[in-house]
Amino acid sequence: MMATSHARDADTFPKLIARNAATRGARPAFRLKDLGIWQESSWADIHMMSRHFALGLDALGLKRGDKIAVIGANRPKLYLAMMAAQSLGAVPVPVYADSVADEMAYVLEHAEAAMAAVQDQEQVDKVLSVSERLPALTQMFYDEPRGLRDYDHSRLHAIDAVIEKGRAVAARDPAAVKRLDDSIAAGKGGDLAVILYTSGTTGRPKGVMLTYDNLIAGSRIGIDFDGLNETDEVIAYLPMAWVGDHVFSYAQAILAGYCVNCPESVDTVVDDRREIGTTYAFAPPRVFETMLTLTMVRMEDAGRLKRRMFHYFIDVAKQYGEKILNKEPTPLGARLLYGLGDLLVYAPLRNRFGLTNIKTGYTAGEAIGPEIFRFFRSIGVNLKQLYGQTEAAVYITMQPNAEIKADTVGAPAPGVEIRIDDKGEVLYRSAGVFAGYYKDEAKTAETKTDDGFVRSGDAGFFDPQGHLKIIDRAKDVGRLKNDALFPPKYVENKLKFYPNIKEVVAFGQDREFVACFINIDLVAVGSWAERNNVVYASYQELAGHPEVYAMIEKHVEEVNRSLAAEPAMGGAQIKRFLILHKELDADDGELTRTQKVRRGFIAERYAPLAAALYDGSQEADIATEVTFEDGRKGVITARVKVRDVKTFPVSEQREAA
Amino acid sequence: MNAPVKIPVGSAPLEREEILLAVENVSLSFGGVKAIQDVSFDVRKGEIRAIIGPNGAGKTSMLNCINGFYHPQQGRITFKGRTRPRMRPHEAASQGVARTFQNVALFKGMSTLDNIMVGRTLKMKEPFFWQLWRHGPAMREEIRHRAVVEDIIDFLQIQHIRRTPVGKLPYGLQKRVELARALAMEPDLLLLDEPMAGMNLEEKEDMCRFILDVNNQFGTTIALIEHDMGVVMDLSDRVVVLEYGRKIADGTPAEVKADSRVIDAYLGVAH
Repeated sequence: MMATSHARDADTFPKLIARNAATRGARPAFRLKDLGIWQESSWADIHMMSRHFALGLDALGLKRGDKIAVIGANRPKLYLAMMAAQSLGAVPVPVYADSVADEMAYVLEHAEAAMAAVQDQEQVDKVLSVSERLPALTQMFYDEPRGLRDYDHSRLHAIDAVIEKGRAVAARDPAAVKRLDDSIAAGKGGDLAVILYTSGTTGRPKGVMLTYDNLIAGSRIGIDFDGLNETDEVIAYLPMAWVGDHVFSYAQAILAGYCVNCPESVDTVVDDRREIGTTYAFAPPRVFETMLTLTMVRMEDAGRLKRRMFHYFIDVAKQYGEKILNKEPTPLGARLLYGLGDLLVYAPLRNRFGLTNIKTGYTAGEAIGPEIFRFFRSIGVNLKQLYGQTEAAVYITMQPNAEIKADTVGAPAPGVEIRIDDKGEVLYRSAGVFAGYYKDEAKTAETKTDDGFVRSGDAGFFDPQGHLKIIDRAKDVGRLKNDALFPPKYVENKLKFYPNIKEVVAFGQDREFVACFINIDLVAVGSWAERNNVVYASYQELAGHPEVYAMIEKHVEEVNRSLAAEPAMGGAQIKRFLILHKELDADDGELTRTQKVRRGFIAERYAPLAAALYDGSQEADIATEVTFEDGRKGVITARVKVRDVKTFPVSEQREAA
Repeated sequence: MNAPVKIPVGSAPLEREEILLAVENVSLSFGGVKAIQDVSFDVRKGEIRAIIGPNGAGKTSMLNCINGFYHPQQGRITFKGRTRPRMRPHEAASQGVARTFQNVALFKGMSTLDNIMVGRTLKMKEPFFWQLWRHGPAMREEIRHRAVVEDIIDFLQIQHIRRTPVGKLPYGLQKRVELARALAMEPDLLLLDEPMAGMNLEEKEDMCRFILDVNNQFGTTIALIEHDMGVVMDLSDRVVVLEYGRKIADGTPAEVKADSRVIDAYLGVAH
């Protein structure tokens, strides 16, 4: 670990950026792939640009304490906007770029954003469409000029033009420069650094206020734990409004001085990751799941020799890979075989995934399927789970090397205290713990205890090795009518670990038994259909296909068997299920923007189907309104079949839990 | 079919008086089949001009005449003020006419990037031999052309398929690659033969936006054939209607829509 990252005097990001420019000015800070070429900016460039940008914003009237919304895909210019705002003591508020105008308006209104830095015409249009709700918003900046030429530019500016304006100010107005220097010097660690709105599975999003101290303390946990330094490379493609991106691609990058790579577009991430060869990665399980599903699908299409080689060596990896990664003793023969497999299969695969140079990869946000998790570890990717929250500036628990289990999220991170209350809810305290919810004293008081612990809202327990196991949201853990424990997420995740299943919504609270809606994964099931000559014309038809039902039924049965093996969960076996005729979609309000299911809303929207699960009928009709991408509405009607599934006797032996 | 969303187009319609292409009294027949009979119309600089009509009305033949693939037996075609003698497609191309085809005509085994680079061929001046050896000037020329192509890739948002063989792409994307290749020629006149045939609603809307953007950003004059009336009415400045090789109407979308002969041609009428 380098001494510089511990420089205690630099307690805000603007000061740290100045430090980076002084100590590693020539090292890359950002790369953006544009027009097919990686365009690099050094820390010295970024420092200069952030200063000029700040001077430009100052000239446009941005004041200390003002909020500035940042909306768009991960672009250096948008990260620069955050740096520039912080230099003036203003507070950036990153917003989910895929939110619809109304959701966006809520955040901008609640945060009282005075200005907004956005990516492109799409975002400009969205903000303009709700501008009458945003009286506080005075100026807007955009990164990509395409399509915006004929817009009214009295309150709209290209980010480049603002930086240019700042450059001119720097050249002729020493007083303004002095003001900026004073403003940066006046910033201190206790100041509000950012407000991150959590997407919220229920109700309106809440604005989590994090100070520089919170973010720097939180970031340092990860930097020290994994030995991150200026030679590391990450690729930034997850929403900027998510705390994960804010810590991994902004706070830690500035603190450790590593380079953040911005992909060309969301569709090119896989190739871009491969070109960069990230050394440090952070992604929700979905990303790893997609990588694995795509690989498996492609391998089915590969030639026979390749396919056999792949399956043979993947089996070898399953047997020895994790042990070798954990540096446990393994027989010499196995090591040699694994070495051969590495040459022929694992290394090319890692290269395909862009994970050749990876030091540590993290998955968080949701539970990851044990199969997927083990797969990546077995081919030599040091993938780990961590448990974090926006309110903690990410880190709560982490998995130390060689102590990695697929079904726990690891031990408390250094400097984090955890306790579990009598209802099973996890509480934590650390230096990264947030200052409070913006303009919501009541919620803050509800979440933070008097002694500084934060209620995570998750139910969990420690296993004998001191590793935390999360089962569900505390408020979601329910009971069936017969008082059996019903953790919906736990059941859903068990099913979602099958590649053929994309989403699951489980019901059971105050019911006789557990039943669920299932969404098939179009890629996996589609490819299966192709291989098995199953003909279908639409998603709806595929979802209702008897053979698909049979396949899914088999998965549900297996899950029941595994639930039956856990005495506490045995009552939560699934008695009936149905396959939904349409994909659950955030645009229809069925998922949150982070792709979590909104159980209550779905139960209401598909009430006839939910009723059919429990009234014993074999099929049910449903008509649902859907929203197309352009905002128009349509109606999908369908007749959906309901299936009964075999359940298993619950095993007798008690488990210490 | 639902009409695509109306997209606000730039404020200033340039001075659209200058005539870029004039077709005068053109007739074309194949043996006894009279594909086009005495058709006249013009295309003004900077406009989007639609050619519509029922199947077999002679629309594609008309485009083939314009880009020199067919030679009309009678009539004159004047492009950029020059009345052309018999000429071949590559001559039309070098004068600034580019086109896409009703059935995608790309090199299926080549990547998207290579397909679009093909559109620059006419503008490459360095000899083949020097290109082969990556000789300095040839190399620099290629880099210059590649930059233009990358701009187009960015413009049409096809970065993610840059290296993908075109044959593996879905149809909607192939159409977009074809448009990219035509744009790579930096044409004065872009001929689009059913750019949205076989596309789904979302692909159509994307394509509409791209066509408008091309027209808006590069000021390219566009003549297009299209069956989707919603698209035609929304996109085009003026429409010419053909039926059985004859012109039956010519005017703004609103005028054409109200024309009784057009309604008859499309809806059929008891003769």
